Amino acid sequence: MAIQAGIWALEILAIAVPIALSVAYITYFERRIIGWIQVRKGCNRVGPAGLLQPLADGLKLFLKETIIPARANKLLFVGAPILALTPALIAFAVVPFGETTLFGFWDEPHVMAIAHLNVGLLYILAISSLSVYGFLMAGWASNSKYAIMGSIRTTCQMISYEIAMGFGLVTVMMLAGSLDLADIVHAQQGGLLHWYMIPLFPILLVFFISGCAEAGRTPFDLTETEELVAGYHVEYSGMWFATFSLAEYGAMILISLMTSILFLGGWYAPIPALDIIPGTFWLLGKAAFLIFVFIWFRATFPRYRYDQMMRLGWKIFLPWTLGWIFVVGVFIYTPGLDGIINFWLAWR
Amino acid sequence: MLKRAFKTWFLWELLIGLSVTGRYLFKKKITVEYPEEKTWLSPRFRGLHALRRYESGEERCIACKLCEVVCPALAITIESEERDDGSRRTTRYDIDMTKCIYCGFCQEACPVDAIVETQEFEYATETRGELYYTKDMLLANGDRYEPQIAANLAADARYS
Repeated sequence: MAIQAGIWALEILAIAVPIALSVAYITYFERRIIGWIQVRKGCNRVGPAGLLQPLADGLKLFLKETIIPARANKLLFVGAPILALTPALIAFAVVPFGETTLFGFWDEPHVMAIAHLNVGLLYILAISSLSVYGFLMAGWASNSKYAIMGSIRTTCQMISYEIAMGFGLVTVMMLAGSLDLADIVHAQQGGLLHWYMIPLFPILLVFFISGCAEAGRTPFDLTETEELVAGYHVEYSGMWFATFSLAEYGAMILISLMTSILFLGGWYAPIPALDIIPGTFWLLGKAAFLIFVFIWFRATFPRYRYDQMMRLGWKIFLPWTLGWIFVVGVFIYTPGLDGIINFWLAWR
Repeated sequence: MLKRAFKTWFLWELLIGLSVTGRYLFKKKITVEYPEEKTWLSPRFRGLHALRRYESGEERCIACKLCEVVCPALAITIESEERDDGSRRTTRYDIDMTKCIYCGFCQEACPVDAIVETQEFEYATETRGELYYTKDMLLANGDRYEPQIAANLAADARYS
């Protein structure tokens, strides 16, 4: 029992520590890449090529005073960032990072996840919805009209785009016939043409763009705009403020990993011959590319107006995903048409 | 119609935007890393003030107070009296750099090219008092930067 608990603790550390580190360095690369796109050099003063910048930022945030407004509800005020960060981190528990036989220790390859759930997709949907409570609580506990308006804005955005995202995932389930993330990846085995980005290309776009909205990334960063007086976190400072951005970047990593797993073949290489390179590298490489795309978006697109954002979520993404569910269903169950989609169907 | 639908559903305009920023990602960066690298300065650059001397060592300023009059920020304070040889000279010539707006009017007003602005701009101090430049400090500036000042005045002479 103690050994099992120790292994779990090690597994959790092996995922939580790299996530914390990558969050720190995503902020660095974000500043560098946006700088390059704006024909600047970006931060390059602290340490070689500026690589110690995230540490300096972290130290600064730790040393900053945390100001709790006098009329704020202290328990909720302190609890909100934790409630926002926790779901972003525990969602990683079911993310399969690849398969390994541990250098021949096991005969069968095991899935590299802390918890290999057979309803992993459902778990991720459920957990990622929870972080909304953190944002709502932050606005409420701040006892400030700007914060409460910001938190209502954020909550509306998250809930709206979660619906489109959830329906998009239904099409993945229809093709893979499973909610198990590892099974979904297995269903895409065999090279680029087997990946779900081919039959589900519109859903890939909807999922990734909704992911931007979920994580509060640029075209949809109304959660933290300057001209709308920041958002739910106006009253936060120091480390508690950093916790919110940690949650945002954690969500960004999660969405990149999920997009890779669901649409881009997970840990499989685009050409089967390249599978000699360990799958974890492929998965992390794909996720890293998607994170780069997130940053690229941020350097390129202006932010949506609030009504435009709502219109995109409800009037375009939702009907589009529902329509695609219908199309995929028709393809699966119509004799004559199912031959086309059988190529991607894992359960027939 | 079809073309429009294609452009809408394949996010064509957004891809064009991404390609523009993508190209800029690889462009040569124009950042000047300041303490190590500096930009080119015009001969007309208006920085720290200096009071010049003639080659004989005689100070140029004749205490006409045109600069004091023209100064829009009232940063210059001049007091003068007759020297033993009968010429009019300043006994006090102070410029308060915290008031100065670096307009260069004093330099333009000066009939004898005595007060000039140099290309020196890195003279930040830790107290405000140190930014109150007296006649001695300004003359010392002039002695220190004379080659630079003379070269810049010569470079700009044909335009003035």
